[in-house]
Amino acid sequence: MAEIRNYTMNFGPQHPAAHGVLRLVMELDGEVIRRADPHIGLLHRATEKLAENKTYVQSVPYMDRLDYVSMMVNEHAYVMAIEKLLQVDVPLRAQYIRVMFDEITRILNHLLWLGCHALDVGAMTVFLYTFRDREDLMDCYEAVSGARMHAAYYRPGGVYRDLPDSMPHYQPSSIHNEKSTRQRNENRQGSLLDFIEDFTNRFPKYVDEYETLLTDNRIWKQRLVDIGVVSPERAKALGFTGPMLRGSGVEWDLRKKQPYEVYDRVEFDIPVGVNGDCYDRYLVRMEEMRQANRIIKQCVDWLRNNPGSVITDNHKIAPPSRLSMKQNMEEMIHHFKLFTEGMHVPRGEAYVGVEHPKGEFGIYIISDGANKPYRLKIRAPGFAHLAALDEMTRGHMIADLVAVIGTQDIVFGEIDR
Amino acid sequence: MTNSRLDKLAADLQQALGDQLADVSQALGELTIRVRPDDLLGVAQTLQSHPDLSFETLIDLCGVDFSEYTTDTYAGRGREGRRFAVVYHLLSVTHNYRLRMRVFVEDNELPMVDSVVNIWPSVNWFEREAFDLYGIVFSGHPDLRRILTDYGFIGNPFRKDFPLSGHVEMSYDPDQKRVVYQPVTIEPREITPYVIREEQYGRDEG
Repeated sequence: MAEIRNYTMNFGPQHPAAHGVLRLVMELDGEVIRRADPHIGLLHRATEKLAENKTYVQSVPYMDRLDYVSMMVNEHAYVMAIEKLLQVDVPLRAQYIRVMFDEITRILNHLLWLGCHALDVGAMTVFLYTFRDREDLMDCYEAVSGARMHAAYYRPGGVYRDLPDSMPHYQPSSIHNEKSTRQRNENRQGSLLDFIEDFTNRFPKYVDEYETLLTDNRIWKQRLVDIGVVSPERAKALGFTGPMLRGSGVEWDLRKKQPYEVYDRVEFDIPVGVNGDCYDRYLVRMEEMRQANRIIKQCVDWLRNNPGSVITDNHKIAPPSRLSMKQNMEEMIHHFKLFTEGMHVPRGEAYVGVEHPKGEFGIYIISDGANKPYRLKIRAPGFAHLAALDEMTRGHMIADLVAVIGTQDIVFGEIDR
Repeated sequence: MTNSRLDKLAADLQQALGDQLADVSQALGELTIRVRPDDLLGVAQTLQSHPDLSFETLIDLCGVDFSEYTTDTYAGRGREGRRFAVVYHLLSVTHNYRLRMRVFVEDNELPMVDSVVNIWPSVNWFEREAFDLYGIVFSGHPDLRRILTDYGFIGNPFRKDFPLSGHVEMSYDPDQKRVVYQPVTIEPREITPYVIREEQYGRDEG
């Protein structure tokens, strides 16, 4: 009898379905996966070590670069951990702005996930649609922070500045003439809030469009239903959080269970799956986008009617205004101290987890009272999810592996840190 | 968590674990317990399976190097000269509890602690990470390999005595037609000095 041996195959790190720099060493029996061993760390930048050598505010931009498709939520966990150690109060308006941008970020993240997931499975069209809609949200980022992706907008004690009163306009070019430019500028006549409101009115229809393309699509269902099934008990044991846990039917959402900022003041529902397969997780995330849209709407309404300050007036934490800095000696000193030495955070330790689009994103800070953290640990949701890839794909075909990678919503910035 | 819920959790822990708890402290709405390394497996089993606790999810495990920790707070209480600690963050989805568990690892030269991978499967990669970055050995771990650093990396980069710029840099050598390693050529520098201030700095309205 001939000897049959499994063979080992490399997948990635330069594979288009590997979502970045995933290297998988797979043991295959024909086309069936017997073992999948992810090799990670190709994007390791030692963010935690770098943060130990920087002042607290200097590390905020590093947080954007962790999960580079949901930038502001990463910052949110980081600034909340610092605020917890400082025991500083954040103005209510800043909390609403943060919640609004968290949900904008959630839609941004889920749109990218949806496009890439569909692309992996073989549907090109969705990708083009989702990137069309991401563009509007990127413009919101740009209007508020000046950067389309790496915003560095949240600061300890609030947010960097208030929402702008006007949106930048497109200029006519050799591609777009006067008339089409006027059309493109139509929803940019008012403030940022008007622009966001216009988006929230359009967005539910967009989600319907994606659902038309995918939800009842025969090929989509054949590729996702009963793939990568995880039971609720197993999901909890494997450290799943976020949509991965809810897809398995566990009703767990930090925004509801351990509310932070103003999540207890806005209305929304948590979608929960039943079977714990890729298709349920897809449905959960689609519904999350609708719910995020609902939250944004409520925040816009509140923010319209409640002007106020957006950052704490404790100038040992947040810088004073330019004007008062130039007129007041004490403010001048505060400004100088903040931007040379940085703020000092009281001794102690704090862990803060937020409901990141991918799961629970946590920051653990140990402070010894200095102007730099003694130890910063980043708990990335994708790290725990990817660790379960082996278990989720065993016995599946290689093509299903791609669907599982898609459903885990893997981004290497946060996994490798 | 509110204080009453924390008190209830602390009482439940005391009931379930008794003198296996070396220390319980409560700060900033978080509960931290310290466990002796010998008791770790027993405590972990109780935490996971006791019906009043049921911490079925291990959210995070991280190593800490306390060698340059100069101040004396609850984060370093009970350290007694030991250099490394392992910090577990646990979550109970059933009761909506969070708990931090800290173990100071004996032996600063060859730190070794029991692996809890049989109790919480999610800890697998987190233990590999702590092994990689701090050199803490988890005995009983089925597959303790480096995870984040390069293949063939030497040293434990997150230890406080490891320089930020590392020891080696790599470049492509066109003559040998391969990537070569050489000692780093850049000087490590510190732009902002490390300053520790008094206890209440910045907490009061200034």
